[in-house]
Amino acid sequence: MKTGFTLRNVHFKNRVFVASGTFGYGDEVQNLVEVGQLGGIMTKSLSWKPRDGNPPPRIAETPSGMLNSIGLANIGVHAFIEKKLPYLRTLDTCIIVNIAASSVQEYCDVLGLLNEQEGIHGFEINVSCPNVKEGGLSFGIDCDRTAEITSRLRALTEKPLIIKLTPNVTHISRFAAAVKDAGADAVSVMNTVIGMAVDARTRKPRISTTTGGLSGPAIKPIALAKVYEVAQSVDIPIFGIGGIMTAEDAVEFLLVGASAVQIGTANFIDPSTGVTVAQGIESFARQQGLNDIGELVGALDARRDFSVLQSWL
Amino acid sequence: MTLCNADVTGVREVAQGVYVLSFRNPEVARTVLPGQFLNLRVHEGLDPFLRRPFSVYRVEKDVVEIIFQVIGKGTAILAGKKRGDVVNILGPLGVPFGIGGEFTKAILIAGGLGIAPMPILGEHLRKAGKRVEIFVGARTVGQLALHHLKSPHVATDDGSRGFHGTVVALVESYFKEHPQTDAKVFACGPTRMLEAVSRFAQASFLPCELSLEGEMACGIGICQGCPVERINAERRYALVCTEGPTFDCTTIRLREA
Ligand SMILES: Cc1cc2nc3c(=O)[nH]c(=O)nc-3n(C[C@H](O)[C@H](O)[C@H](O)COP(=O)(O)OP(=O)(O)OC[C@H]3O[C@@H](n4cnc5c(N)ncnc54)[C@H](O)[C@@H]3O)c2cc1C
Ligand SMILES: Cc1cc2nc3c(=O)[nH]c(=O)nc-3n(C[C@H](O)[C@H](O)[C@H](O)COP(=O)(O)O)c2cc1C
Ligand code: FES
Repeated sequence: MKTGFTLRNVHFKNRVFVASGTFGYGDEVQNLVEVGQLGGIMTKSLSWKPRDGNPPPRIAETPSGMLNSIGLANIGVHAFIEKKLPYLRTLDTCIIVNIAASSVQEYCDVLGLLNEQEGIHGFEINVSCPNVKEGGLSFGIDCDRTAEITSRLRALTEKPLIIKLTPNVTHISRFAAAVKDAGADAVSVMNTVIGMAVDARTRKPRISTTTGGLSGPAIKPIALAKVYEVAQSVDIPIFGIGGIMTAEDAVEFLLVGASAVQIGTANFIDPSTGVTVAQGIESFARQQGLNDIGELVGALDARRDFSVLQSWL
Repeated sequence: MTLCNADVTGVREVAQGVYVLSFRNPEVARTVLPGQFLNLRVHEGLDPFLRRPFSVYRVEKDVVEIIFQVIGKGTAILAGKKRGDVVNILGPLGVPFGIGGEFTKAILIAGGLGIAPMPILGEHLRKAGKRVEIFVGARTVGQLALHHLKSPHVATDDGSRGFHGTVVALVESYFKEHPQTDAKVFACGPTRMLEAVSRFAQASFLPCELSLEGEMACGIGICQGCPVERINAERRYALVCTEGPTFDCTTIRLREA
């Protein structure tokens, strides 16, 4: 069974990754997970300086999911290189470093420094962070800014450059097209969906920032539709993300057009979900008589005469 | 640390809405230390979704016990477990209480379900040669779960049993009659109570550790969801799951839920 795939100049052993912010820096779970069975690890988002993150409460459970406002708490790129990268280099899997910044220059500084380090296989860019210069609105909802970040970073690295898109826009496929033109090798679809939870008794929001990011199985149908929308209109490899708990969930993402998947919130319930999913996809493909898991990518049996965005209106 | 299914050996109601669930797991039974917790998946469904953290209450041979109050979906499912069912456990997790050190007497203070870590803590302290005095507070007599606590001093908010008032007021009056110098305080309970304990311990120049119970998702340091504010530290927050749940009371700032 062929399980792997190639992106730019890097070969990944399979199509299952763990999503940024849901697997720490990989070292926390070393006794629980055989990370060598993953296609790769997306690290927690890194910024130039360490970030404290938001005050508690940062998380609230919601039906079949959770809301978070971690605030990109992270140790900063220098501590990452010094304290985490040496361990990550010893792992038999690919390391994709996720970067989050509050200015275009900061994205470039962080990637520039990391690009010189050994043991990093690629970069994933989290554009769902506040743009400090332009009033704190997320870069990721501004198509021009997202493309600008992409082309500036493309000029700095020959490694795979993956842009992680936010679903909190009207047409995610326009963003995918823009970053493709700007030189991205792939897109990750998707980050969390803006959501809110309220405690009726205390009349308070249940997380400190009032609104936050919804994740988990609750968002899987949204994520499938976003991946499908991008796959239908832009020719770019997609990492499908959103609510994946099982191998069957992952296969659904492959069918709608994802080349690979990332496991996020499910890691909080079982950090070895990614390993179970990778094995499960392989046995699913074997049962279906396939020789290459890639045969599932985009193999959805759907009518193409409905437009992706308007068919249900 | 283990992540696996464990066979439930029994569930019993020990006070109004308060249950003890026991399960068999030799590894946890052998390795768990007082103040550590387990993150339990209560069922295989998606709602409730996340694991639920519980302190280890007691260990007997291969059997581990937790004690909890039914307050929502997760605890209701746990209360309905039968012998032969399974719970999925992740643990033991977190930093245990510091029971070594110079002190000779341990003052244990529990509010409500804050009694959870006290039986295992008392046992380990006694084994380490410490004298143990335990103070327990509850709203009313029906909510007291005093099993496995040796001669507890009791306070109820409504005066239905023991001292009429808060458990911290009870400790203060006890200290007036029996001044303590060579003691260390261990406390677990609601945030307001922990704040009062912390003020009391600092005013009495006694070392004091608190066990916190904030929101958690992973329990193992990978989600950054469980911060507690630190005092005068370079890093603003500590993670309750991996740097706690037990903390020296002078190092953290408590937050009213
Ligand atoms: C380290 C640690 C150890 C714990 N040990 C114990 C223990 O030994 N015994 C015990 O009974 N409980 C303990 N708790 C609290 C316990 O985890 C919660 O009571 C439980 O998760 C509630 O689950 P539920 O699904 O029944 O309630 P939910 O449906 O999740 O919530 C019901 C209500 O309770 C509130 N709530 C939920 N979780 C908490 C919490 N952690 N603190 C305060 N309010 C909450 C919710 O906001 C909601 O209003 C511990 C928590 C931590 C972090
Ligand atoms: C607690 C938490 C922290 C996250 N942190 C990050 C992050 O630092 N950077 C990032 O790009 N995405 C982050 N995400 C988003 C996830 O990587 C993922 O895109 C999202 O949760 C949807 O997938 P899921 O439903 O499988 O969790 C975070 C998600 C959660 C739940
Ligand atoms: S509960 Fe996830 S980091 Fe503490």
